[in-house]
Amino acid sequence: MGNLVKATYLVSAIFFILGLKMLSSPATARRGNLLAGLGMILAITVTFFIPNMKHQLLMILIIIVGTVIGWVSAKKVPLTDMPQMVALFNGMGGGAAAVISYLELARGEITSGLKLLAISGGLIGTISFSGSIGAFMKLQRLLKDRPITYPLQQPFHGLLLLLAMVLSYFVFMQSGPFQPGILSILNLLFAVPLLLGLFFTLPIGGADMPVVISLFNALTGLAVGFDGFAIGNQAMMVSGTIVGASGSLLTYLMAKAMNRSIHNVLFGAFGKVREHGVAKEMKPREIEDAAIMIGFARKVIVVPGYGLAVAQAQHKLREFMNILEEKGVEVKFAIHPVAGRMPGHMNVLLAEANIPYDKLHDLEEINSEFPTTDVALVVGANDVVNPAAETDTSSPIYGMPILKAYQAKNVLAVKRGKGKGFAGIENDLFFLDQTYMLFGDAQDVLGKLVQALKKI
Amino acid sequence: MSEIWIALYIFILSGFTGFEVISRVPVILHTPLMSGTNFIHGIVLVGAMVVMGKAETTTEMIIGALGVWLGVLNVVGGFAVTDRMLEMFKKGK
Repeated sequence: MGNLVKATYLVSAIFFILGLKMLSSPATARRGNLLAGLGMILAITVTFFIPNMKHQLLMILIIIVGTVIGWVSAKKVPLTDMPQMVALFNGMGGGAAAVISYLELARGEITSGLKLLAISGGLIGTISFSGSIGAFMKLQRLLKDRPITYPLQQPFHGLLLLLAMVLSYFVFMQSGPFQPGILSILNLLFAVPLLLGLFFTLPIGGADMPVVISLFNALTGLAVGFDGFAIGNQAMMVSGTIVGASGSLLTYLMAKAMNRSIHNVLFGAFGKVREHGVAKEMKPREIEDAAIMIGFARKVIVVPGYGLAVAQAQHKLREFMNILEEKGVEVKFAIHPVAGRMPGHMNVLLAEANIPYDKLHDLEEINSEFPTTDVALVVGANDVVNPAAETDTSSPIYGMPILKAYQAKNVLAVKRGKGKGFAGIENDLFFLDQTYMLFGDAQDVLGKLVQALKKI
Repeated sequence: MSEIWIALYIFILSGFTGFEVISRVPVILHTPLMSGTNFIHGIVLVGAMVVMGKAETTTEMIIGALGVWLGVLNVVGGFAVTDRMLEMFKKGK
């Protein structure tokens, strides 16, 4: 590799680090991403200057077509589907890392130390690939998003892992190139983690998916780093390792924000439906009655959740806010840090509907205001307002900070059906005396509320 | 200093750098940051190009091409998704 290539890779690595730094502060985040993008363009361009690169024309063609498809699909997807897009593109990266390892191992020209790295990169990359695809399918509802469990699940995963280790050993011991053949030991080495990654995501519920995606993201970074060492590519070594480390930390931070331990997320089958002994009824309420209650309130706090995102009801929510403000009702929005499927999900969604930023309040700011609130309107949120997190020590969400909507004088909850939240547990809030339910799709219910409010 | 030691230094120092640069991130930026790091490991594309560029047989070339394909999607999709998320944040402020 020439000095030009190495120097450019160094510049790219610096851009990535600065970009990441900027990404962790709201004011500079977007520029940070652009800076990293510049580093990426430099690194890709200079790679064509490595001496004796074959198939360059085909490469350029693939890159152009891939760019168009990647760009269009990322820009077209509705905002609510962003989490699964992150999973999907992360899976692609893991797959690419696996391909690099596979080709290097198949050629059998690398020294044994590097071979170990290539095997590690291949295993981790493959797990990340199939695991991310599994996460994508769960979030996209191609697979059940509740935990899928079966007897002896953990031992089975352990067995697959052991099998991968044994195969790694044989691949490591073999010298020279590999004989082709579907069942060659090299192919098996990649088939086993392919299964493992997928099986691994099955018992994890939708609520924990962000943490898992973040974990796979860190794993892809690590795989890329290992492959970088294996093929002697400095840009990959540095950037891959940095993502491996920052991704791990981020996984930990995300789990902490949800008050969940990583071990619990991965092995807890969190969200498996638990039966509740209390036989109480939710009380539905007519739209007109609800509109009167809201229209004559002094202060309304809206608690948005994933149901809002699913129904794409953010614009209706803004209409709702406008009409209430015309009537002199004070409206605030209470944003739980993990409302929706991803931290920050609600901020993004409400910003899209041009709901002013200063009306969004986080947990610490707003919780003291619920007792003086006439109506708390819960729109498609569930676990983040579940009082069980404060009272029921046996609840899987016990200890998670919640929005204290139950302290409001009245609670109106917009909900699609009588089902449970992501955590799969019953929500006592919906059974309280001062709580009334508005069943239906959030967009639909909010639309009707706006109409009814106009009449009073 | 032998190469393995240099490699180990790069690994450890990069690891610390990764920890350090994001250690004070606010909760609302968790998701965009995850997406941003997802974009950065798209550097794997460069490696896929290198192995594809060394392909001798047609099979190797096809597998290499698959790697480049996956890598491009990681890069472009990762960037575009991150940019979209951050765009939304900005509008609100």
